[in-house]
Amino acid sequence: MIKVLPRNILRIFVLVAFQVFILNNIQFSGFVNPYLYVLFILLLPFETPGWLLLSLGFVLGLTIDIFSNTPGLHASATVFMAFLRPLVLDFFAPREGYVTGTYPRIYYYGFGWFFQYSAILILAHHLFLFYIEVFRLSDFMLTLYRVILSTIFTLFLVMISQYFIYRR
Amino acid sequence: MRNLIRFILKYNFIILFIVFETIALLLVFQRNNYQQAFAFNLSRNIGGYVNSRIFSLRHYLELHETNRALLKENERLRNSLLSSYKLKIPAAAEVEFDSAWVQQYNFISAKVIANSVNKQNNFMSIDKGRIHGVKPDMGVISGEGVVGIVAGVSDNFSTIIPVLNIDLRISSSLKNTGYFGSLYWDGKDPKTAIMEDIPHHVTLNPGDSVVTSGYSAIFPEGIMIGTVTDYDFEGGNFYTITVNLATDFRKLNYAYVIENRFREELIELENVSGHD
Repeated sequence: MIKVLPRNILRIFVLVAFQVFILNNIQFSGFVNPYLYVLFILLLPFETPGWLLLSLGFVLGLTIDIFSNTPGLHASATVFMAFLRPLVLDFFAPREGYVTGTYPRIYYYGFGWFFQYSAILILAHHLFLFYIEVFRLSDFMLTLYRVILSTIFTLFLVMISQYFIYRR
Repeated sequence: MRNLIRFILKYNFIILFIVFETIALLLVFQRNNYQQAFAFNLSRNIGGYVNSRIFSLRHYLELHETNRALLKENERLRNSLLSSYKLKIPAAAEVEFDSAWVQQYNFISAKVIANSVNKQNNFMSIDKGRIHGVKPDMGVISGEGVVGIVAGVSDNFSTIIPVLNIDLRISSSLKNTGYFGSLYWDGKDPKTAIMEDIPHHVTLNPGDSVVTSGYSAIFPEGIMIGTVTDYDFEGGNFYTITVNLATDFRKLNYAYVIENRFREELIELENVSGHD
């Protein structure tokens, strides 16, 4: 249990750096923006208390905002996603509940579970983010297209990361 | 009182969510005036420092492309030098203009250190700031054409609102006919923008140049913005013109900030006459 804290601190630094240094510089055709930093929220332990979850979401989002010149935008989307996480976890809970000592990983709960759990939360985050950014309904379909493309790309990176880095 | 505490404890998750979300959304929507956008200078300085590190790699990788663009620009500038021309009318040579001219526009060269093209409100940062003489509301151009307007400055860095930001409108005109309108980005393609307010009796041709009008005291007159690719009019009396932007924002490495030395004078005058 004691190892959880340093590991998460390291993870937040790595993910923010990766987002700011690499992903923010990828500019595919103006439509695809992967936001891998949300992986941090996805991988937090099941026992994370609600206040900590929301605070971490806020701090993480604000950090990304500082580096991408978008005050409040990522913070609001990430807080929204952190808010939904307990609900989504409840919804996808296995019949006997989550076992203590396990983490939300493919290793413990399988590909299908992790895929659904990530897909819903990433989609929620991206929907919130892109629609707040545009803040008008006139280009509804275009924005939806951007949301879906980016969600697919982020989800792809999230799943890949599970096989390469976080095997457990 | 005890009930209130119990209520807060019971619903602390939802209450905390509302608090955080409100703060974040306030930050987002406080930005309607882009000047006060970045209240924290700190973020500009940290962000600027980090971004300049990242971009040095990109600059290196795109050196070839940059060189080519600079060479082209040099060619154009050399062609417009007075020494490249020969006087046709000998009498005109007797007129001395030396002290009759005064410099109106001063150009400050800068390196782009952060840039995005895939958002709705794109932003850009450059490595010149207050100590180099950059001030908010100055125009920014590249060798190819218009880039944007300075939004905020710190001591060493500035943020720029590029044409690729749905909040920015630029006063523009058609080069060959002189009709002017306003140009904005519709948030779709980083290569094109939309020009409006051109009455439909004007003859348009694909390939017509769109340049700055010089009415806003930000850009000099006649700086290239792009070329007309397509136009139509939906109902009203005005065209909606699609303009192919001259600046390739995805490969932008260097830019010039334009200082208009008569801007204060002009604005002062306009304010005085505005109060009549």
